[in-house]
Amino acid sequence: MMEWETVIGLEVHVQLATRSKIFSGASTAFGAEPNTQACAVDLGMPGALPVLNEAAVAMAVQFGLAIDAEIPEVSIFDRKNYFYPDLPKGYQTSQMYHPIVGRGEIEISLDDGSTKRVRVHHAHLEEDAGKSLHEDFQGMTGIDLNRAGTPLLEIVSEPDMRSAKEAAAYLKAIHAIVTYLGISDGNMAEGSMRCDVNVSVRPKGQAEFGTRAEIKNVNSFRFVERAIAFEVERQIELIEDGGKVVQETRLFDPELDETRSMRTKEEANDYRYFPCPDLLPVVLDQAYVDHLRSALPELPSEKRARFQDELGLSAYDAGVLSSSREMAEYFDIVKDTCGDAKQAANWVQGELAGALNRENLDIEQSPVSAQQLGELVARVLDDTINGKAAKQVFQGLWNGEGKTADEIIKAKGLKQVTDTGAIESMIDQVIADSPVQVAQYRDAEPDKRGKMIGYFVGQVMKASRGTANPQQVNQLLKEKLDALC
Amino acid sequence: MSLEHADVKRAAHLARIALGDDEAAHYAADLGRILEMADQLQAVDTEGVAPLAHPLDATQRLRADEVTEGNQRERFQRCAPAVENGLYLVPRVVE
Repeated sequence: MMEWETVIGLEVHVQLATRSKIFSGASTAFGAEPNTQACAVDLGMPGALPVLNEAAVAMAVQFGLAIDAEIPEVSIFDRKNYFYPDLPKGYQTSQMYHPIVGRGEIEISLDDGSTKRVRVHHAHLEEDAGKSLHEDFQGMTGIDLNRAGTPLLEIVSEPDMRSAKEAAAYLKAIHAIVTYLGISDGNMAEGSMRCDVNVSVRPKGQAEFGTRAEIKNVNSFRFVERAIAFEVERQIELIEDGGKVVQETRLFDPELDETRSMRTKEEANDYRYFPCPDLLPVVLDQAYVDHLRSALPELPSEKRARFQDELGLSAYDAGVLSSSREMAEYFDIVKDTCGDAKQAANWVQGELAGALNRENLDIEQSPVSAQQLGELVARVLDDTINGKAAKQVFQGLWNGEGKTADEIIKAKGLKQVTDTGAIESMIDQVIADSPVQVAQYRDAEPDKRGKMIGYFVGQVMKASRGTANPQQVNQLLKEKLDALC
Repeated sequence: MSLEHADVKRAAHLARIALGDDEAAHYAADLGRILEMADQLQAVDTEGVAPLAHPLDATQRLRADEVTEGNQRERFQRCAPAVENGLYLVPRVVE
């Protein structure tokens, strides 16, 4: 059986969080009525001229600085010519030959806690197109140009990724960087981050790349993994059956969980790029770049290092908790509220992450706020409740049964019983009710008794409805049972 | 460099210009003369000369990120052949 290696490169389009468009003063706000945010420049009206948005330039440069990329002094806009109704000018203004951001590197963290560097070939500025709506217009297509002219930063990686997991980790790393920088809202559902995936396979050990397919329309972390998994399997089966992969554009269909060929155009694309005569070369002086560099916030990799060094978290915990700005902010509040970084990390990644996963929610959609979780963890730390009860309180908060942990602890009577007398009387009852087990305990070798005590602990905890302090129960049980031997 | 009939037809297709066969022959000759002139320019030694991105020796001015354009949909759509629910309607695009 031949062993195959997957080779993946990503082109990620990030919508920049400017107020106005890249070349016009029309608003970029999401969700407006169709064509109410499309001005003469966006519509390609004769004589309308583009003027470049300073914020789009600054955001692109900030990204470049964050990935340690070269920032060339001069960058140039080109026209990419093609006809489509949602592109009224007949060309997309982009940067083909002299992009604003040169070669850089992005560190990705993998599930096993290791890291890998993925090279970025370049990143360039360009404008988005409008939207075509194909349904319900008596055989016509409806065009909304609100999105036309929205600034995009296209980040092009080298083919450095070797698995779907690595590709997803790379996408997450970009998401973290752009949201930390605040240059994009990173909202994949609204299309603020979209991704084209180049995938090929080759026999392990072969130096040259196989023929690649480009998958378009991949707009979530999960879809990236699924689309690649499907495509890799398709290509390997094709080759093993004696076929050949053709270079083509494919579309990922999340409903059917497959990629399929887009109708092949009769003619290969010929975009006839040339420098845009309406825009002059963009020249960035060193002082401007230095100013942007000095204003960079703490980046994910720096935050990860700080979580490890200052808070004593493991590499894995620090990686997960710094993976997005939302996650880091949530964790920070839990930590500050309960006062224990390790416990905060355990709860955010354990109970909370599990619940979010089960319901497919992102952390910013969590029904339990960071403040609520912090207060809950504080009640575990001060011994008001035990670990078992804490899970019930968490569930209560998740289901909205109370506003605070204290409210739920009170309502459900989960306060931990630490009163020795109360625990002792429960133990006496259990011992009285379990003559057979007590006899077995007595007859057992002393070194086997440790295990046998579990049964009694379980019975006492049950009798207390989970509220007895487990350490006390253990201690007192052992004393009482051993006294019987 | 001379232009073949097929080259002219392809260029016309890319530019979405409808050209008859007679016209294509005519443009093949016309465009051919332009290419001859380009050929003359090709003879110049440009070794070590950076390609020119723009004839003006100036750099791009930037504008502040402010919304300065309001909604003028009604005005813009007055010259559109067909609109519905605020959308421009165009002949169906087959995906």
